[in-house]
Amino acid sequence: MTRRFVPCFPSAPVVIGLVLLVALAVRLGGQGAPNAPALSLISREARRAIPLIVSNEQEFIGLDELATTFQLAVREESGAVTVSYKGRTIVFSPDQTIASVAGRMISLPARPVRVGGRLAVPVDFISRAIAPVYDQRIELRRASHLLLVGDVRVPRVTIVPEPLPAGFRLTLDALPQTTSTVTRDGDQLNIRFDADAIDVAIPPVQPQPLIQAIRRVDGTTLAIDLGPRFASYRSTTQTVDAAMRLTLELLSPPTDTTAAAPVPGTAPPPGAPAAPASPIAPAAPSPSGELPTFGSPVTAIRTVTIDPGHGGTDIGAKGAGGLMEKSLTLTVARRVKASLEARLGLRVLLTREDDRDVPFDARTAVANNNKADLFISLHANAAFRPTASGASVLVAAFPEEGPARQSLAPQRVPVFGGGLRDIELVLWNQAQIRYVDQSWVFARTLEEHFQNRVPLDARPTDRVPLRVLASANMPAVVLEVGYLSNPEQEKQLAGNELQGALAQSIVDAVVVFRGYLTQTAGGER
Amino acid sequence: MIDWRRAAIVGGLSAAGLFFAWILFFALPRWVANAPNASATAPAPAAAAAEEPERKIKAHLFYVSEDGHGLTGVEREVAFGADPGAQARAILDAQIAAVDAPLLSAVPAGTKLRAVYVANGDAYVDLTSEVVTAHPGGSLNEQLTVQTLVSAVMINLPAIAAVQILVDGKEVDSLAGHVDLRQPLMRKPEWVQ
Repeated sequence: MTRRFVPCFPSAPVVIGLVLLVALAVRLGGQGAPNAPALSLISREARRAIPLIVSNEQEFIGLDELATTFQLAVREESGAVTVSYKGRTIVFSPDQTIASVAGRMISLPARPVRVGGRLAVPVDFISRAIAPVYDQRIELRRASHLLLVGDVRVPRVTIVPEPLPAGFRLTLDALPQTTSTVTRDGDQLNIRFDADAIDVAIPPVQPQPLIQAIRRVDGTTLAIDLGPRFASYRSTTQTVDAAMRLTLELLSPPTDTTAAAPVPGTAPPPGAPAAPASPIAPAAPSPSGELPTFGSPVTAIRTVTIDPGHGGTDIGAKGAGGLMEKSLTLTVARRVKASLEARLGLRVLLTREDDRDVPFDARTAVANNNKADLFISLHANAAFRPTASGASVLVAAFPEEGPARQSLAPQRVPVFGGGLRDIELVLWNQAQIRYVDQSWVFARTLEEHFQNRVPLDARPTDRVPLRVLASANMPAVVLEVGYLSNPEQEKQLAGNELQGALAQSIVDAVVVFRGYLTQTAGGER
Repeated sequence: MIDWRRAAIVGGLSAAGLFFAWILFFALPRWVANAPNASATAPAPAAAAAEEPERKIKAHLFYVSEDGHGLTGVEREVAFGADPGAQARAILDAQIAAVDAPLLSAVPAGTKLRAVYVANGDAYVDLTSEVVTAHPGGSLNEQLTVQTLVSAVMINLPAIAAVQILVDGKEVDSLAGHVDLRQPLMRKPEWVQ
């Protein structure tokens, strides 16, 4: 008897299963890859990266990582997870989006997930659940993926590039106030901040005769690569609200022959620190004598519409002390308008300048008809329980949003004279659907800038079917500045300090959001 | 010469046809349409009511949670409704009724239920204007009011897909200037703690 050996080919289901297994292994293995998202932890004791897990477009962090980082005790029993820190507890269920933090309910943007047997929680768990029970300051900066623990100085640095008729200006605002030193090193200017690190969104700059690029050198230093026409610079510092502003003007050689003769040796030497307000340092005449040309930086936000909520017969909420929502929103709106105009040079429109009724659609019409790039509707909240407090940012939600978004896909229609053209048919009352993702980014940016400056609500960001935002044809949010139903917060909202912090935070968030828009969409809408 | 006999037969048949048509198209539909209503609205004999206790069902009603940021469900007995519309009405009547502390209702005091309609799987809840005029304002409060009504209907009547709130029989933009009420809304599970 002979035994025949035949090649054994796996059947199709086995092959598919193997492929899926390999894909899963690659995916799981890739979670720890160097290019995977990570949080940069900065504290006095340590600086390290904490890997993140992305699931359903949400960022999660392993609960075991958090336990190690913050010395937390984690216990899971009977379907509930208890996290303890020095006698204070956080309790949550893995299948719910709420948690009890020292007895107070907070919401999470997503349910916890299990990845490879590990329990992972949304990144916001750090700021919403751990920070309130921890005995050191914890600040989570989502946009820049920074996690600051303890007394570390990490100012937010915003950069606004701006061409001038005879130069190029960079305005750098460091918040909170942080001193900086400018030095020249060959073909670059270095700006070093006196801080533990800097949190900066560098706007793209088109290479041009005076400036080639802005880049980060290390944790506290920025470098400006100079162009061939650069001759000298002038730097000034001044205090603007809570920020320290460094204005850096890059100058080309004087082309006017009647200009004063250059004085050799007055330009700051390479490596030498500049005086806070140095005089113009002339340099050698232009070798070619050609006029400098300037490209315009990409600016994704030019016009902002601020909507003071309610007004006229609609007073909105009213505090026990008599402060009315309609009055507060108008006051804050005027303040934000002044700050945006003064600091960023933006065109800012208010939907009402005085105390009067304005229909919902008339409010968004002001923004749409003026081609605003951002719409912020200001409101003050009220709760049935007087203990509720803090600011929150709301983004529009739509019933059956998925199908509605698909229906907005361009449709090919015949045009007069023959041919076809793709057009987008946008329903007036669903115009916001196209922008909800960008609106959500702006909402989260506002939340980040409110941290440690403006008290935050237990549910600081949320999606709500909002009447006033439905027709906004640009990124748009409703900003609830605080609770008038809370007597203590009513006093704060009426005061100069909180109003100033709100205006400052909004301006900073607009700067960061502008950087996000230019980086993601090239500044085109 | 006129055939009187034939004319009488034709006339009789025509009259019978017209009578039959009247029965078919007017009398019968009217009788069919009125019969159930008549029976539904007819007062039940007092003796029968005394013998048969009112049927009840257990329903979940919703009130403001202790921290004010959500709703807490409470089980209560409410009257049995013969159809989804009647059942929704009984639940909402109980939901809107005034409650004693520590319960706190998110529906403004004085609000009354005018009607409830169920059509195409959606419920339409028609309230009196107090739900707007007596509302304390604030987007959180407004969401709690809306979610109270939506949750009361959708959790107790799972066949209802969405709920639209009407005021004085009309569609409204919102109750307090925030939540868009121009279309039926679905419940947000995270609001119920």
